[in-house]
Amino acid sequence: MTPAAPTVDIDAALARMAEGLQPWLARNPVMVGIHTGGVWIAQKLRMRLGITEPLGTLDISFYRDDFSQVGVNPQVKASNLPLNIDGRHIVLVDDVLQTGRTIRAALNEIFDYGRPASVALAVLIERDGRELPIEAQVVGEHLRLSKNKHVKLVGGPDRLELKIQEAR
Amino acid sequence: MTESLQFDARGRLRHLLTLEGLSRRTLLEILDTAESFIAVGEREIKKVPLLRGQTVVNLFFEPSTRTRTTFEIAAKRLSADVINLNVSASSTSKGETLLDTVRNLEAMHTDLFVVRHNESGAAHLIARHVPAHVHIINAGDGRHAHPTQGLLDAFTVRRHKGDVGKLKVAIVGDILHSRVARSEIHALTTLGAKEVRVIAPKTLLPVAVEKLGVTPYTDMAAGLKDVDVIMMLRLQRERMAGAHIPSEQEYFNLYGLTPEKLAHAKKDAIVMHPGPMNRGLDIDSAVADGPQSVILPQVTYGIAVRMAVMALILGGTPETGRRV
Repeated sequence: MTPAAPTVDIDAALARMAEGLQPWLARNPVMVGIHTGGVWIAQKLRMRLGITEPLGTLDISFYRDDFSQVGVNPQVKASNLPLNIDGRHIVLVDDVLQTGRTIRAALNEIFDYGRPASVALAVLIERDGRELPIEAQVVGEHLRLSKNKHVKLVGGPDRLELKIQEAR
Repeated sequence: MTESLQFDARGRLRHLLTLEGLSRRTLLEILDTAESFIAVGEREIKKVPLLRGQTVVNLFFEPSTRTRTTFEIAAKRLSADVINLNVSASSTSKGETLLDTVRNLEAMHTDLFVVRHNESGAAHLIARHVPAHVHIINAGDGRHAHPTQGLLDAFTVRRHKGDVGKLKVAIVGDILHSRVARSEIHALTTLGAKEVRVIAPKTLLPVAVEKLGVTPYTDMAAGLKDVDVIMMLRLQRERMAGAHIPSEQEYFNLYGLTPEKLAHAKKDAIVMHPGPMNRGLDIDSAVADGPQSVILPQVTYGIAVRMAVMALILGGTPETGRRV
């Protein structure tokens, strides 16, 4: 018997993220979500925080470090940073932080658009398995999972749900 | 044979030699990927690190400006290293010379060759002789195929007119000598265009052209009636041996695209041309520079489409790939 997967109250986690982001609001940050789960989370946070500036979105497919093994994702969504990000404070939002490789790719892409004043990372789920020196400043929920467990956010943009599965 | 040559054992696109035999799904995958590369070309830093460390050789045995330049820009925007070689084709023992050239470049650890040659089948010949880790893109071989042009034309149609399945398209001009026409026909019929017409004097229509799934016309007024898209071709004077047309003036009078002839098409029809244009022979300047022309956007899209083809060939398609 495998132990029951931990359940996560997504609403409560979002509330904790919104709370944690309060100190950043004074800097008038640009919120940038990573496709696809990070965009869903960023949309929810913007509503909670009353941010009206357009949401930036990133698809990091062209920046992945495993491109030569996995190829191009044909469902690549266009990255879209609607504002000039030079000198702006960015809050980068993703659903799950595990290895840190996605964030590494996202940072590279952001710097191809300009030079932000700062980048903070906000994630719904922070789990173990880091392979790079990357940490989140704002976390909705910490999870400790065995390496073969895979966490995925589904059901967006409205009915968000966390799926925890055995990785293949 | 071509089909199996283009794919590896796992069914991934390994070379792009012709659009013949590619599925609708593969074509759509290339066009969708190209769509996302359009945005890369519009930002300040027009570069992504996808092909970092890969070497691309543009091997051109025939002159070209637009195609070679857009392939070069495409490779550079993917962060590959690019070398341009313009080799004038020698008239003797071409096969041998061609393969020797390629083997030498292979020894320099080239990952991808973009090949243009005036002999049909040149890219296929090279593809048959390179080791598994070397990839070939055909940038035009003789009268046979110019697959990336066919793809970028399909991309242009889709971007400006939407679903190809609802459209009537006319390809006008020197169909007989045109590798562009052949690739356009394969792209359009595979994508399920409502109707594909070819319009040309009888002497410039291939025998049994209907077998490609197109309707031939020799009269512009009839052929252009109610079409959504007009794809003009360049009259290839350099490939013509003998009398295919009575005179250039008469050709222009009958088949050159003028505002009067354009009026037979739908009001919102778009006009395309793969370049280089023979103004006053294939097309009147009033049309080429007019509001229905998408000739310059075609060039821009060509970069994104070539980026997509290179990325898919060098990275493989994800159908069999592992997503981490």
